[in-house]
Formats: sequence, structure tokens, C-alpha cells
Amino acid sequence: MEFPIDFATLRLIWWGLLGVLLIAFALTDGFDLGVGAVLPFVARTDEERRMVINTVGATWEGNQVWFILGGGAIFAAWPFVYAVSFSGFYLAMFLVLAALIMRPVSFKYRSKRASPAWRSFWDWGLFVGGFVPALVFGVAVGNVLLGAPFRLDSDLRSFYDGTLLGLFTPFSLIAGLLSVCMLVLHGAAWLSVKAEQGPVLVRARRFGTIAAVLSLVLFAVGGLYVAYGGLGYRITGVLDIQGFSNPLRTTVVAAPGAWLDNYGLYPWMLLAPALGFIGTLAALVGLWRRSAPMAFGGSSLATVGIISTAGLSMFPFILPSSIDPQSSLTVWNASSSHLTLFIMLIVTAIFLPLVLVYTAWVYKVLWGRTSTVALKTNPDLY
Amino acid sequence: MDPAVVDLSRLQFALTALYHFLFVPLTLGLSFMLVIMESTYVMTRRPIWRTITRFWGTLFGINFVLGVATGITMEFQFGMNWSYYSHYVGDIFGAPLAIEGLMAFFLEATFVGLMFFGWDKLSRVGHLFVTFMVALGTNLSALWILIANGWMQNPVGSTFNPDTMRMEVSDFMAVLFNPVAQAKFVHTVSAGYVCAAVFVLGVSAFYLLRGKHVGFAKRSMTVAAAFGLAASLSVVVLGDQSGYALTDNQKMKLAALEAMWHTEPAPAGLTLIGIPSMKDRETHYGVQVPWVMGLIATRTIDKPVEGIFELVATAETRIESGIIAYDALEGIKANSADPVARGVFETHRRDLGYGLLLKRHVADPRQATPELIRQTAWDTVPNVPVLFWTFRVMAGIGLFMIALFGTAFVLCSLRKHDTRWFLWVALLAIPLPWVAIEFGWILAEFGRQPWAVEGVLPTFLGASSLTVAQLWTTIIGFTVLYGALAVVEVRLLLFAIKKGPFHEQDTFGAPAPEAAAAAPAIAPAVA
Repeated sequence: MEFPIDFATLRLIWWGLLGVLLIAFALTDGFDLGVGAVLPFVARTDEERRMVINTVGATWEGNQVWFILGGGAIFAAWPFVYAVSFSGFYLAMFLVLAALIMRPVSFKYRSKRASPAWRSFWDWGLFVGGFVPALVFGVAVGNVLLGAPFRLDSDLRSFYDGTLLGLFTPFSLIAGLLSVCMLVLHGAAWLSVKAEQGPVLVRARRFGTIAAVLSLVLFAVGGLYVAYGGLGYRITGVLDIQGFSNPLRTTVVAAPGAWLDNYGLYPWMLLAPALGFIGTLAALVGLWRRSAPMAFGGSSLATVGIISTAGLSMFPFILPSSIDPQSSLTVWNASSSHLTLFIMLIVTAIFLPLVLVYTAWVYKVLWGRTSTVALKTNPDLY
Repeated sequence: MDPAVVDLSRLQFALTALYHFLFVPLTLGLSFMLVIMESTYVMTRRPIWRTITRFWGTLFGINFVLGVATGITMEFQFGMNWSYYSHYVGDIFGAPLAIEGLMAFFLEATFVGLMFFGWDKLSRVGHLFVTFMVALGTNLSALWILIANGWMQNPVGSTFNPDTMRMEVSDFMAVLFNPVAQAKFVHTVSAGYVCAAVFVLGVSAFYLLRGKHVGFAKRSMTVAAAFGLAASLSVVVLGDQSGYALTDNQKMKLAALEAMWHTEPAPAGLTLIGIPSMKDRETHYGVQVPWVMGLIATRTIDKPVEGIFELVATAETRIESGIIAYDALEGIKANSADPVARGVFETHRRDLGYGLLLKRHVADPRQATPELIRQTAWDTVPNVPVLFWTFRVMAGIGLFMIALFGTAFVLCSLRKHDTRWFLWVALLAIPLPWVAIEFGWILAEFGRQPWAVEGVLPTFLGASSLTVAQLWTTIIGFTVLYGALAVVEVRLLLFAIKKGPFHEQDTFGAPAPEAAAAAPAIAPAVA
């Protein structure tokens, strides 16, 4: 079969789309996670908490689909990555799932009973449902940058040689905390857009400020670690970017410092880390000057920049192996077949714009700050 | 592969999938019933229909949220627990899951928030549109999931690629229009409609038995009776259609669920009831109805339906051919340019899966003795008594549903909503569709064993390289979490039913008939 787009280009496009999905998840559901993680602290009374919950109440469910779709898209376009990473990070994935199962029910069930103990329980459910995924996703990205301890046998079956606690190294903890701070900042910025003026907003700004400062520090420390901490892998030997998806046919070695290679080769990529810093600073200024658009715009840019930095630093690697670099998964050896990538691209080109249009419409209908007064009159609110 | 890891992975998948599917059918059906109820409101503008829609919408919401929560597990569990499966068939199987997210789940999840929060922000028609989008999304979601599952039952449009050691798609349209997937889709969503209709019927019957909310309950009951009658007829007819589809694709499943050990002269009889024994390989005390089986399975009176013994003999031949394919594949792995090995593999490629069945007993299938091959051929027979009985329970409930809704429809037409014996039957029938649906899934998935993908990949090869300790951790974790949530869910449903449809208006006051704005605050009570 003849394809209008060659295999290598499709792989590149799908690598980009994977990034788009992860960033879209962080941009939309990211603030839901951030709001959940700060809920018990920025809102003290039941009324305040209800107000905060209702700032995301109607839209978190749609936002969460970016995560589900991310999982489905990795399965369809990068089956090796799906198979190796989720089975390797098994118990960490279970933690994320358990937390993400708590979140929907906490939203829905909290308002069904009036008892303070009942409500407090689900408030902490929302905290767990926000904090745990944010932390574990960051830790996972940290481990991907370090390389995961897996190897593939000649049947391409993956064997993983690590433990849950082994995932928590100094570097991956930096990445995990950076992820939490980034999303708490994004959540606080969302509250500055959506919550009514009052004590909640004051507290949210305080939390956002702390998170922004920590983000800047952690992002810088993480960058230094990537440069001088001995991280990095490199492809050696012949590389057939149009070839079959078989990881064992690429030669890879561990190469400390190699995660900086791309910035020398393609200086425009420095835009990503720059965006990470500038966006966070802008969000900080926005929070101080009480400019909601600046705060939210800044935290959004920061999210784009920080996630892109991780992806671009590793390119073309997606999941390197620390115990057997030969098994490493890259853009050129871990994708689906040419036909599947092509079909999925067509489907995405049709439906993704549609999703964006109706999502925008839903946000438009629900536009405006959430007020505590509405809680008393509107039976639909949580 | 540690067999305990495989067994525990299967246990976990069964638990989480069956649990997930406790919530899905009600979502599938109730979403469309909400569309019907709300359409009536939009057309008649009578506030009672708004109350009806909102009340069933509240119950829908409590149920929907657990369906979503447990669905997250399903999306990631393939990679977590079935890593080799994910690699081996991800090129085909991943696509429908991704499309489900993009086309269906986004639709339902984005609009469901607006459905609950948009009553005072949208016009009547606008809100009805939103409700319809939710219903459309949930049902499209089922379509893509069943295309994925249908491919596992009947893996069309794909071939094994020795260079990537996996199945790859060759004809996407064949995957999409897989007849097994289509039959399963309509059968499954119809079952969801029946489930929701029984739920609405039963809860309405409860109110009528108590003499509460009579006007509300009668109207709800009428909707349920009409919707349920159509759905229960279609679920049985289309279930028969999926039985028909089996004849080409999953002869073994059909033979097993009918406990048909030997090919019989056409047209075959149907064993209505009996005691099949795996050990003796025969059915004791079978009561036979002549001709019926042949008619259902082949739609003719002259084509035979193959029996288990004959199918095992076929499997034996395919295993022998599969060994040759396996040997050729090892040759290609050693030297990917070897033209002889590639030629041989080409001829025997479709039996590779059968060769892999031997890996359960011997590391290298090429070492298998004729005795082992014969024994392995019998591995292709699923658990006959389990299939035999789950099928009979499922089909029995299906037929009862037609009787139930037929009666309900007649009583509602005659305005005899208060027939007490029937109200009791309707109330007690509430759990039945769930039983039938869960048994249906056991039949479909247990009946596919020993295959993860029929004829392509044995289940025991699909599991991840995990430890028994890891699996017990997650099985216990899921069981505790899911168990607790089930208790909460049922109590909240009962609590909402007890409060009744008018509780909200008593607390917040009736909504202004025309104005979009919410009613004035009367009592700032619990939402």
C-alpha cells in the first residue's frame, strides 16, 4: 500500500501528538488536580469548599478524558511504550488509578449528605485524587529521564527489574515535586479566574506564590541534574528511521550528558525551558498584581514549557532502558505500523478539532465566577 | 511464565471488568430514557416531565460516576497486567480504544457536566440536545469497545509480522465491520436498555406499592414498559444473531455452550438441559429437542454443526502446522533475511497461535511429542459445564424479560398501573438483568479460553512479567476500594429513591415555569 505520508514523518507526527495530548491533559485536568490538592487548605468552611469544588465541578470530567485518551493513544500509536511502562511502573500505576477512582466519586458523593464527617472524608478524597496523580506522574517522568530497568527478550517480551520504592530517587523526587508545584500553581491560577473574591482567593494566591517560587527552584535544580547528573542515552551505529518497529535492531549506549545534545543541534528547542521559567514568573507576577488572565496565561505557558522540555531533551528516546540500553524505546523503533499510524492520524484530524469546538462551547456556557450565593439557590450545584 | 501470575491476572481482570459492567448497562439505557423523558417535557412543557427527567437524572449521575471511575482502570489494565498482549496486538486493538476516547468518551464526559449544571443556563431545546449528546456518547463508547472485543473473538483484518513479532493491521475496514463486533454491539446495548427499563419499572413499582408519587410513578412506568418491550425483543433476537455469527468464527464456543460433544447429522438437536461432564466428555441426562440447534446455528436444515471431538481433531492438525510456523519464525529471528524460513512461515503463519499453545507445557514447541500435541488439542475446549449453565441462565432471563415487559405494556395500555401482583414482580425483577448481563460476559470471555485472541494468542502468554505479591496487592486494593464504593453507591441510590422526586422542589421551591433563572432561595438546606 502507498501512503501519502512516509513512515518516519508519521512517527514524528505521532511523537508530537503524544506531547500535545499530555500537555492538553496538564493544561485542563491539571488545574482540576491542582484545585483538588489545595482544596482542604484554601477553603476552610463547607461553604467555601463547595464554592471551590464548583469552580471545576462541571468540567473536570471532560478534562479527565485527555488522560484516558492519552492512554488509548499510547496504546494505539506506541504499543511498546504502553506495554513496557505500565507493566513496569505497576504499583505506581495502581496508586494513580486508586487516586483517580477516588476523585470522581468524591465530587459526586460529597454533596449527597450533610454530615460534616461525610463531607470532610470526600474533601480528603479530592485531595488524594489531586495530589497523588500529580506526584506520581512527575516521578514517572523523572524515571523515564533516568531510564527504566527493563529489558526485552527475542520475542520482545518485557521484563522489569525494579520496585515501587526504587522509583523514588533524588532526581525523580525533584521531578515529582516540580509536577505538584506546577499543577498547584495552575490550580491556584484557575481559582483566580473562577472563584469569587474573598478569603479563598487570598489563600489561593498565597499557595500559588509558594508553588511558583518552588517550581522555579526545582526546575532549575532539575536542569542542573540533567546536565551534570550523568543522565542520557545516545543511539550509535546505523539508524533506519523508516524501518520496522523492533527495538532490538537499534544500538544504544548510556551517554552521560546526552540529554543536552538536542539543544546544541537545534537551538530553537531552548524555547521550551525558557518558556518554563518565563511562564512561571509571569504567573507569579499575575498573582501579585491580581491579574487573573496573566496568572492563568503564565501558568499555562509554564506547563507547556516544562513538559516540552522533558520531551525534547530526550528526543528521539521515549523510554530508555537503564539495565539494557539496547532495549530502549525510541520514536523510530517503538511505534505502530505505518497503516495504523496513518489511520489514527486521519481519525484524529477529524475528531480532535470537533472536541475542541464543543469543549470551548461548554466552557463558554459555564463562563463566570462561582459564587457562594448561588450555592443556596441552585439545586444543581455540588 | 509463572502460572499463578496468569491466573491472578485473569482473576483481577474478571473482577474489575465485571464490576465496571455493573454500571455501564444502566448508563447506556438510562441515558436514552432521559432523552425520551426530556423530549416529552420539551414537547408538552408540563413541569411533571421536568421533575421526572431530573429525578432519573440524579440516579443516572450516581451510577454514571462509578462507571467512569472504574472505566479508568480498564483503559490502563491491558498495559499493566497484559503487557505481552498489548505488544502483540496493540497495533490493532489500541486503535478502537483510542478512537473510543476521541469520538465517544469526550462527547459524553464533556456534555455530562453541562447536563447536570446547565439547567438554568440553557434553553429547553438546548438542554435536550446536551442530554442527547451524552446518550450518543455513551452508546458510541460501547460501539468502539465492542469492536475491540469483537476482534479478540474474531481477529479479522490482520496478520503476524515476523519483523516486529506482533500482529499488524492489514485491513482496517474489516476490523471495523467485523460481523461479530456488530452483532455484539447491538446485543450489548439492547441489554443495557433492558437493564435501565427494569430499573425504572421496578423503582416506579416500589412507589406505586407504597402509594407515593403516584402520578410520577405511572408516567415513568409507561415509558419503561414501552422502551423495555422494544429492547427486550431486540436483545433476544440480536443475541440469536450473535449465536449465528458464532458458527463461522467460534465454533468451539458454540459447541461448548451447547455441550455438543459430537457432530450430529443435520439438522442438529438442541440439548435443553443436562449435566455435561468434562471428565467423561459427554452430557449425562440430556433432554434433547430435535432440529432446533441446526436451525439456530446454520439457518438451514442440511448443514451440520460441528461437535467438540471433531473440532479438537482440527485443532490437532493446526497445532502440527503451528510447530512448523514456530520453527520458521525462529529461523527468521536468527537470520531475518533467510528466504527459505520466510517462505515456510508464509505458508503456516495462520497456525502460529496454535503452535504457541504448546508453550504452556513445553518451553520449545518443537520438542512436543505426539502425545503432548493430542493433550494440547484438548486445551482448546473451554469449560463446558460453566458455559452450558451461564448460557441457560442468561437466555432464560432474556425470555423472562420479554414476558415481563409484554405484561407491563398491556397493563399500562389498559391503565391498570396498580395491579399489585405485577408491581411485586417488577420490583423483585430489578437484579435480574444484571445477572443476565454479567453471565453474558462470562459466557463470551470464558468461552474464548484458552485464547486471549481467538487462534492468535493464548491467554497464558499475554500476561505481564509481574510477581504474585504485586498481583495480590492490587487485587486486594481493588477489592477493598470497589467493595466500599459499591456499598456507598447502593446506599446513595436508596437514599435518593427514599427522598423521592419532589424533595428538591420542597427544599428549593418549584422552578419558575418560563424564566431560566433559578427559584428564589427559600431554605438554604442541603443540596
